[in-house]
Amino acid sequence: MIELSLHILDIAENATRAGARLIHISLNEDSRNDTLTMEIRDDGSGMSEAVLRKVLDPFYTTKKVRRFGLGLPMLSLAAEKAGGRFTIDSREGEGTRVTAEFKLSHLDRQPLGDIAGTMVTLITGNTGADFVYHHRHDDQEYILDTREIKKELEGVLISHVEVLKFIRNDIDAGLKEINAEA
Amino acid sequence: MAKLKIGDLKKIKEKVHAETALREGDRRAKITVHMGTCGIASGAREVMNALMQAIEEVNVTDVVVTTSGCMGLCSREPLVTVEIVGQEPIKYEYMDANKMRQVFKRHVLEGEIQNPFVLARGAEITK
Repeated sequence: MIELSLHILDIAENATRAGARLIHISLNEDSRNDTLTMEIRDDGSGMSEAVLRKVLDPFYTTKKVRRFGLGLPMLSLAAEKAGGRFTIDSREGEGTRVTAEFKLSHLDRQPLGDIAGTMVTLITGNTGADFVYHHRHDDQEYILDTREIKKELEGVLISHVEVLKFIRNDIDAGLKEINAEA
Repeated sequence: MAKLKIGDLKKIKEKVHAETALREGDRRAKITVHMGTCGIASGAREVMNALMQAIEEVNVTDVVVTTSGCMGLCSREPLVTVEIVGQEPIKYEYMDANKMRQVFKRHVLEGEIQNPFVLARGAEITK
């Protein structure tokens, strides 16, 4: 993956396939400690201890159509090679939390990239689920919550092209406002 | 929401309500962009962005866009399935933003299947 936002899209798509109704995506750019922390938390079906031990094995997958599962191993590798670390916690029936920490200034850290494109893709493909995007940059923060948007829309589909355009612009403007640099 | 302008959402809501409401049977097509790890790594999100932009430009409201997981043909990603209502689904392989714009314009809007990009015709397995 050439951008962190592509990892986010990948992990969050996994969450929706695990039946998640609410997915929290948070990014924390901490320039004082020189860290970038990314967390994806869902309320999907979760995993057993036995499965959890195998998720970083690229030749382990729950899918039947192919014999490998590279999503989590690639994110784990990306974090490690950028001076950070990867953690995953999960409980069956409760959900999963994936955390990747990076050294913010590390040369090998991928850029965040088109996070607005990631969020719009997630929302379009999973209209039944809700997403919260929380981006913190030192003391400033930006939050997008699809539950609030849906409440305002009163029946208009969140996947309507006008709404998606609005969301994309809101994220771009919001990140500019908090001077997001990742 | 830090930036959310409630007024803007209200305007969108009124505008959409003013347009003729979309009924179930009025759908022209469903387009599925395959969004597994393989698809994402090979550019599916850019294909999705291009598709949304193309839809926005012509302002059609009867095309449903969705995503699905990996279907095991990772080497041919990005894959896109176009299902025109009443016709068999067409799967396009090795898609990119330009091909997506072409498929949307020529196939979805004008009804002409773009044979050079076709992987297969027939049933779709989603998620």
